[in-house]
Amino acid sequence: MSDPIIKISGVGKRFTLGESAGHDTLRDHLAAGLRSLIGRKKVVHPVSEHWALRDVSFDVNEGEVVGIIGHNGAGKSTLLKILSQISEPTEGEIRVRGRIASLLEVGTGFHPELSGRENIYLNGAILGMTHAEIRAKFDEIVAFSEVEKFLETPVKRYSSGMYVRLAFAVAAHLDPEILVVDEVLAVGDAAFQAKCLEKMGDAARHGGRTILFVSHNMQALRALCSRAVLLQQGRVAKIGDTASVLNRYLADATDQQTSRSWSGDDSPGNHQVRLRSVHVADEHGSASGVFSTSQRIFVDIEFECFEILSTLTVGFDLKTSEGDVLFRSYQTDQRPADHPPLKLGTQKWRCEIPAGLFNFGTYLVCPRAHLQGHYLIFEGPTAARFDTVLDHGVSPFWHKLKNRSERAGLISPILRWTQLHG
Amino acid sequence: MSHTNTERVLRPSKGLISLNLGELWRFRELLGLLAWRDILIRYKQTYLGIAWAVLQPVLTMVVFSVIFGRLAKFESWGAPYAILTLAALLPWQFFGNALSESSNSLVASARIISKVYFPRLIIPISAVLSGVLDALIATAILLVLMPFYGVAFRPQLLLLPLFFLAAFLPAFAGGVWLSALNVKYRDVRYIVPFIVRIGMYVTPVGFLWQTLLPEKWRLLFHLNPLVGAIDGFRWCVLGEKFAPWWPGFWMSIGVTFAVLITGLIYFRQTEKTFADLV
Repeated sequence: MSDPIIKISGVGKRFTLGESAGHDTLRDHLAAGLRSLIGRKKVVHPVSEHWALRDVSFDVNEGEVVGIIGHNGAGKSTLLKILSQISEPTEGEIRVRGRIASLLEVGTGFHPELSGRENIYLNGAILGMTHAEIRAKFDEIVAFSEVEKFLETPVKRYSSGMYVRLAFAVAAHLDPEILVVDEVLAVGDAAFQAKCLEKMGDAARHGGRTILFVSHNMQALRALCSRAVLLQQGRVAKIGDTASVLNRYLADATDQQTSRSWSGDDSPGNHQVRLRSVHVADEHGSASGVFSTSQRIFVDIEFECFEILSTLTVGFDLKTSEGDVLFRSYQTDQRPADHPPLKLGTQKWRCEIPAGLFNFGTYLVCPRAHLQGHYLIFEGPTAARFDTVLDHGVSPFWHKLKNRSERAGLISPILRWTQLHG
Repeated sequence: MSHTNTERVLRPSKGLISLNLGELWRFRELLGLLAWRDILIRYKQTYLGIAWAVLQPVLTMVVFSVIFGRLAKFESWGAPYAILTLAALLPWQFFGNALSESSNSLVASARIISKVYFPRLIIPISAVLSGVLDALIATAILLVLMPFYGVAFRPQLLLLPLFFLAAFLPAFAGGVWLSALNVKYRDVRYIVPFIVRIGMYVTPVGFLWQTLLPEKWRLLFHLNPLVGAIDGFRWCVLGEKFAPWWPGFWMSIGVTFAVLITGLIYFRQTEKTFADLV
């Protein structure tokens, strides 16, 4: 069995943007005629092609766990969709031996009106399990999901945590030869994520399962994957052992920069919201890229809003240079009365990171926006990268730390200590 | 789990694509589950639940018998007007509902389509199938009302499933065409209610076409595939006098198959782009 289980050769996927010349149908003629009748000029968009993937070739061996990383728009999801047979390649071919199950989203096909039990059967079947398989694993799935008590309750009454756990539980019990997993571990609480990672790792180590895994979660990638593929603008930029590929990815992420801006439709976002710029500066307005930890740091996010969305959350992940999320913040974290008002058009929101929080190190700001409870609008191109110098010490004992050496820990807050009597 | 060592090749498809019935058969459980889901959802959170499946045809039957039978005094060849309309409403309502549901089905399943692979044909098929339960309930009502109106059971009643198929296939054929078109042209959303509403007038649901239609229009009238199905139903329920005009009936069937086959070809041709477009 030395043949690769997946052989990807020269795969490319082209999307046509704008008005296509290919749709010369009767209907188009009709539409054009009508338009000229009512005197509306048709806006002619230039036909432009976009290769979401180009010349992608690599092999995956049986039992391997391969991570796929790359920035948004690098082609990761397109590649997974082609592998999952959801969309067709424009060129090239993929040879696959064995049953593929794809997990591009948690809870695909979950219906809010149906009960937990009904959704287990439905979701299982959608993911490719047979009725007999689901019945055999039903109790295991229920136990894993920890929602036994609510099996007969419609999932629309579930908390989002319960919903995700149930959805994951079904997915975790898929038993294909090849499992294709997109960034699905980004949801759910940390403990449950760990449980799922463990389950996936087990399947790979002991079950000989082949897994292709897309994630921004560096810890998960390092823990699970033996090899990784870095995609850049639709092409394979590097293949190799996970550590070296991750290093390359992070090194490419950005050099020191405190602001980044986007224009037009290439910026992260969709028809509702588009990111325009991210700017990081300290309280003096300095944006040198090296900040003192004794200063507050301001993250300004500028975005364009085309639709007033009451559940829009805009924020960012603050990551360490290793790519781990140190914390996440959204404007909606505050009391509703304190939310900055959303208006149509371009606007700028400021987030204030208090002084005395960071340790010495390098940090990345990755903006993101959600429609709360619905979907992600954009996520995570690294928009800014800055260094901090540890100097918020107020004690003579911190003097030694002042000369840029590191104190243990990801953050270095100064906490209050008191003596307890009695 | 069986270890399938069969190699699959994913590459750009060219030329005519086969129907791949084997693949459909492999996913039959999903087909059943999706139909079952549609049925569950349709009646969940409705106060009357499945009673709607009874009320819909019965209320329409009452309205039609009053308007066409009592007020307009259309000819019914001695048959009780209630049974005459109910026998026609059964295939017609099944067709109308199934066509609406299935033409919208692919777009309504956009999320699943863009996240999981399975033969896409399953979606419009399951949408049409989910209407079968309602049709069975309506058939039960018909069978209960027949003795009440003094209509005797005839052996031809056993042929009902065949004529039901004559209503099922046009719904499926139309659903295949319209659901695939709907992915690209959302105009379909406006066309379908229109077809169903106008269709009611050019389909002999509330009247006997034999008594109203000039001879020269007969053939043209039978281009409507539902005419065949309705005539078949009335024949089974009400007897020989109501027998279909067979040349027209077979033409109805022919039209159905023409729509179905072209629909399947169009569907298979465009299927590969659904996930990119929807």
